[in-house]
Amino acid sequence: MRVNFTVNGRPQEADDVWEGESLLYVLRERLGLPGSKNACEQGECGSCTVRLDGVPVCACLVAAGQVEGRAVDTVEGLADYAGRRSAGGRAGTARGTDIDEARRWQARPPGARTAELSPVQQAFIDAGAVQCGFCTPGLLVAADELLERNAEPSDADIREALSGNLCRCTGYEKILDAVRLAAARADRAEEAV
Amino acid sequence: MDFLRPASWEEALAAKAEHPTAVPIAGGTDVMVEINFDHRRPEYLLDLNRIGELYEWEVGERDVRLGAAVPYTRIMDHLRAELPGLALASHTVGSPQIRNRGSVGGNLGAASPAGDAHPALLAAGADVEAVSVRGTRLIPVEEFYTGVKRNALEPDELIRAVRIRKADGPQAFSKVGTRNAMVIAVCAFGLALHPGTRTVRTGIGSAAPTPVRARAAEDFLQAALAEGGFWDSGRIITPSVARQFAELAAGACNPIDDVRGSAEYRRHAVAVMARRTLGWTWDAYRGNERSASCA
Repeated sequence: MRVNFTVNGRPQEADDVWEGESLLYVLRERLGLPGSKNACEQGECGSCTVRLDGVPVCACLVAAGQVEGRAVDTVEGLADYAGRRSAGGRAGTARGTDIDEARRWQARPPGARTAELSPVQQAFIDAGAVQCGFCTPGLLVAADELLERNAEPSDADIREALSGNLCRCTGYEKILDAVRLAAARADRAEEAV
Repeated sequence: MDFLRPASWEEALAAKAEHPTAVPIAGGTDVMVEINFDHRRPEYLLDLNRIGELYEWEVGERDVRLGAAVPYTRIMDHLRAELPGLALASHTVGSPQIRNRGSVGGNLGAASPAGDAHPALLAAGADVEAVSVRGTRLIPVEEFYTGVKRNALEPDELIRAVRIRKADGPQAFSKVGTRNAMVIAVCAFGLALHPGTRTVRTGIGSAAPTPVRARAAEDFLQAALAEGGFWDSGRIITPSVARQFAELAAGACNPIDDVRGSAEYRRHAVAVMARRTLGWTWDAYRGNERSASCA
């Protein structure tokens, strides 16, 4: 079957999708978005966490056919998503790139690697919250959603929000630090305004 | 495999009538695991995500009519006052990601003895609204579970909603597992006090082939509370009464040894949970009585 949906603000079409296929498989194997990780395939580990119409879900438990016409946001689009949010735009409703924008587009000169990161991604790097990195994409999506909903989370709030994401390097303390760091920076940025 | 995407409830019923082997899927938290692991290859998947009314609830005079696909997160956020036992049970389901998708309808459809919603439904009192093109019937929840992962639905029926009695007194839910999140219950216990009718109801999960009420324990406690005048006096429940209640609750179990726990442990844990939930709910009842008389 064919599935049409929006991924990170861009309309996408996946063809020859098997009816029992998961959203995770479609993202990774058909759309070339391997950021969402495939580990347990039973909703235990959270490493495939994406947002479906804004709601954090395990992509491995969503049937591909269920996303027809809906909006999915993955870790690949997180910086964009956070950018749109802080720009006051309604996150998750961006259109794709139009042709005029595309004409103005220029490749970055080699060496100028200025990959944009969302605040929560930067905080994970700065706090040393990334060890092997496998759980990181799911944690980023979950942590970003927490901070969107609750700008000043308590430690209990953070633990609760991340309770569906497993890290087998057991680096949870640094992950908690990273979420606190992202919250603190947002707080300071707000004061500065 | 075929993927059926009805746009309305009527279409869904027609599809289920035409393809009785179709497996309904809403949150997918059970069905997709079985497909991912190749434990199940249904001929048809019947997607219910587009049927808006399954995601709505109505608070009525006596019941909450909870749409079959209302995610646990929404129960926790919006129905804590009306359905405190179910809200507590919802909070123990999986993780935030799972609670955003999973629903009571799914728990009932899967009919696993370990489903977290079951003890709360049994304790509160509920009827399952089973619908087919032939019509609607209400199945009392205690008659809904017919065996391990078996329920009373006919092949052409779908669960439209669950009608759950609104709380008329304190309710509690307790679950044993190895950690707080992502745990399939080793066993679970739900208790609801119904001061209006001076009755108590219980629900036991994961300690018998199906979720069950501990009826002997309920009868004993009701009689003991009535004879001792406890409902009126609001006195602390005598320890021997609580102990007897706990023993009778354990007696209602028919558990097995499995990877999550032994039968003996489950019986013991159910007794402990029965005693504790009785303590919590009775304290709440007495607290309410006190503040009411103070006001």
